[in-house]
Amino acid sequence: MKIRVHVSLKPGVLDPQGRAVHHALEGLGFEGVEDVRVGRSIELDVADNTSDAALTDMCEKLLANTVIENYRIEKVG
Amino acid sequence: MPPRAAVITFPGSNCDRDMAVAIERVTGTAPLRVWHADAELPERLDFIALPGGFSYGDYLRSGAMAANSPVMRGVKQQAERGVPVLGVCNGFQVLTEAGLLPGALMRNASQNFICRTVPLKVENSTSLFTAGFASGQTIDIPVAHHDGNYFADEDTLDRLEGEGRVAFRYVENCNGSRRDIAGVLNAAGNVLGMMPHPERAVDPAHGGTDGLALFENALRSLADA
Repeated sequence: MKIRVHVSLKPGVLDPQGRAVHHALEGLGFEGVEDVRVGRSIELDVADNTSDAALTDMCEKLLANTVIENYRIEKVG
Repeated sequence: MPPRAAVITFPGSNCDRDMAVAIERVTGTAPLRVWHADAELPERLDFIALPGGFSYGDYLRSGAMAANSPVMRGVKQQAERGVPVLGVCNGFQVLTEAGLLPGALMRNASQNFICRTVPLKVENSTSLFTAGFASGQTIDIPVAHHDGNYFADEDTLDRLEGEGRVAFRYVENCNGSRRDIAGVLNAAGNVLGMMPHPERAVDPAHGGTDGLALFENALRSLADA
């Protein structure tokens, strides 16, 4: 089973990387970009019987730092 | 008897030797060197240091992999039993990732790696680590980090300040840290994490010796105990 975990900074947490990318996009002449947030996507290939609870546990314990990050688990197929 | 100190080395640690030298300078005895994959810590430790560096190449997040390495189970147990634990730079990141200290260290607001000596204000001069300083004293300690931007939510920051757990603040905020925080203590006061490197300020040849009082106070008080 293919899983994709999307990790993103929580709203309100300053994202210096996103700000730098935003600035670079403006430098390239792209207009109307309101905000940029940079996250991370982690692809896992897990046994088909892996439980949702186990996936959540993986995110909570390692894949995301819940002090600063949100995560979303997507089953790709 | 000198205190039994240990320095933990993770793959990618690069300040472990500096830390060991700083400890030995105060205790007269070389600390034990412990490898991250060791499942057991040496027995009867009095002091544990997590050094700076780039453990696991900062994969995933700074300190995230090291926080889950085998040796950290023992470090957590010892910290809960009251053994003093000092985490510097990457060691601070490991302590937050391991849940031994609140908050997180994020990318510097400037996006730049900063490497220079900065003035710190001693906020708490009553802890095991900071009692050798005067409250409000300014000390010069080198920083060298890319991910030193301390973040915690407002409630946590209020609690830390209310409980006197902010050990050091930057006199001039160099990395975007919330409320200029450079170092924090755990609730019991036996775990200190700080981004600046006191072990790089223990010899006149370093350009300053303001870090020495931290090691002297922490380690000599243990020797007396």
